Amino acid sequence: MTRRPLRPLARILDARAKGENPDAIEKENIRQRHDEMQVKSRQRAEGRLLVLGVFFLCAYAAVAGRMGVMATSEPREPVASTAGSAIAMQRADIVDRQGRILATNFETHSLYAQPPQLIDPEATAARLVEIFPDLDPARLLADFTGTRKFLWIKKKISPEQKQAVHDIGDPGLMFGPREMRLYPNGSVAAHVLGGAGFGKEGVSAAEVIGVAGVEKQFDSYLRDPGNGTKPLALSLDLTVQAAAERVLDGGMKLMNAKGATSILMDVHSGEVISVVSLPDFDPNERPQPPTSGFDPSVSPLFNRAVQGVYELGSTFKIFAAAQAMDLGLATPDTVVDTRGPLRWGKFAIRDFRNYGNALSVTKIIVKSSNIGTARLAQQIGAERQRDFLDDLGMLEATPVEIVEAQGGKPLLPKNWSELSAMTISYGHGISTTPMHLAAGYAAIANGGRYVSPTILKQDGPQLGRRIMTEESARAARLMLRKVVTEGTASFARVPGYQVGGKTGTADKPRPRGGYYEDKVIATFASMFPAHDPKYVLVVTLDEPSVFAYGEERRTAGWTAVPVAAEMIGRLAPLLGLRPQVEPAEVTGITLTSN
Amino acid sequence: MKSLLYVITALAVFGLAFWAYRENYATQQVLKETRGLQRQIGAAQTRLSVLRAEWAYLNRPDRLMELAELNFASLGLLPLRPDQFGRVDEVTYPLQPEFTITEGVEVSGLNTRSQSEQSQ
Repeated sequence: MTRRPLRPLARILDARAKGENPDAIEKENIRQRHDEMQVKSRQRAEGRLLVLGVFFLCAYAAVAGRMGVMATSEPREPVASTAGSAIAMQRADIVDRQGRILATNFETHSLYAQPPQLIDPEATAARLVEIFPDLDPARLLADFTGTRKFLWIKKKISPEQKQAVHDIGDPGLMFGPREMRLYPNGSVAAHVLGGAGFGKEGVSAAEVIGVAGVEKQFDSYLRDPGNGTKPLALSLDLTVQAAAERVLDGGMKLMNAKGATSILMDVHSGEVISVVSLPDFDPNERPQPPTSGFDPSVSPLFNRAVQGVYELGSTFKIFAAAQAMDLGLATPDTVVDTRGPLRWGKFAIRDFRNYGNALSVTKIIVKSSNIGTARLAQQIGAERQRDFLDDLGMLEATPVEIVEAQGGKPLLPKNWSELSAMTISYGHGISTTPMHLAAGYAAIANGGRYVSPTILKQDGPQLGRRIMTEESARAARLMLRKVVTEGTASFARVPGYQVGGKTGTADKPRPRGGYYEDKVIATFASMFPAHDPKYVLVVTLDEPSVFAYGEERRTAGWTAVPVAAEMIGRLAPLLGLRPQVEPAEVTGITLTSN
Repeated sequence: MKSLLYVITALAVFGLAFWAYRENYATQQVLKETRGLQRQIGAAQTRLSVLRAEWAYLNRPDRLMELAELNFASLGLLPLRPDQFGRVDEVTYPLQPEFTITEGVEVSGLNTRSQSEQSQ
């Protein structure tokens, strides 16, 4: 670039000769130069802006284009990266505490038809009915010859059926791949697992969704593709569960009960090792839920352990005794007036038998005296009793992770009066599920800490909030042991396993108010080994009745207790508990001196 | 000099283009193989899950119980009961088998020599 001088000599001399100011020329030149510079720099800036604009346009166009492609294209597994290998297409398995499969997936096929492509609808329909006898031939033929373009024939077919349909050879019949949920153990733990069904269905795939139990509770976990290889570990033990179901089923039939439930729970970790509700069902062929108009507990789908809200009767007495001891109102030897009937307004509390004028607290539990427990409850008061039961989790639905458990809300008196407190102390006027009772007994068994029952495998003890002192819990355990050794639960003596527990027999309420005379709920809540409890077992029989020693017997001592004893004798070895000799009570040695 | 530079540049472009072409096809080949392998892995996993399901199905408690009952004559399996637990000190030591010499082998030559000496 040639640079023009600001003061060209020729013009300066010329201007001087004319008498003009030569500085004007310089100013003029400077102005011109500035103008040029301005134009140039503007052009450069405009150019840069243009480049930048084009760059941003391209960038945004690329992003938008990519978004459009991603939104419209079919999803595909990344091939080149290795990070994608952990993603599984399947629903995660459910396993028991030892890793044995409770629920897994199985590949199968669905059968659908496109009627316009059928060559010979009549023959095809006839041969399909031969393969699947449950199909309605008339309706199938109507569908095939009608205006329908598409119809599902079977959601799941076996490989043999698939081959048979394939052999028909009609191009209008098509198969779609299906993933179905398989419960290899059949009805074992049916109520816990629940079941699964198909959600949105397409030709090439269908989503499997949980419809009940843990399948529904943990549906989002199980469906998460990232968890495909991480099975959901439950606290159940398959062996124990199967044995418990077998023994309870036998016991239910022997005792002529129409339903039964049992819960076996670890008292430290709150893990439910086995939970049985009979009658049960096969989750592979989950029956239809009952239609309205009758008692839901008749359906095999009803989970008595967490949904069945019952008055559990005298099993509650130990809570009153434990609280009275914890508050310092009584000791195991405190004598309580048990003269009956105990009148409160127009309400009278009676005992099963007359137990005399006065009993110690231990004897009240051993003999199961309603009057004695009601007197203890009077001393405790309604307020404190309510708080205590609240601490034990008796006023809310249990936190156990089965979807049905939310429906097991306890039935409480609207007005927690002193009379309510008295009846609740012996288990009437409050309806809870057996799971609530198991959690309450676990608190006594583990030395006074609340454990929330859980169906998931835990790593260690829960160490929940303290409800009662260790001493009160120990005294309560001694009482429960005495119920077995010298009280109402004498059938629970299992050689080698020291069982402590409390029986409870409650009349069943009529649907329209009042109570049945001859229908009871018999419950035995127990813990073993009694001197250092590891497990709580709650057995509840619905309407048991057994003929023994010349009379019809319905009390828990004759029905639920023998069943529970058989269960303990069968299950404790499976749990790895070695039979042991009970440590002898320290005999009272009185120190004397001469 | 300049033309040489142009020729070299052109050759370099040819070379690079050829390299890119080859790499492209090699990548596609590898991707194809990966896809095939992943399909195989998927099939193997499916098969594995079917086998696991079958294993679980064959080991279901109901079936094992039935089998134990069917084969009671030969196996004699019963449910585990508390009285089946034992302590180590209840187990007797295995009896030492009595050590008797049935076929004696002479290991010393003393006897034979003395016998031969006697005969001489």
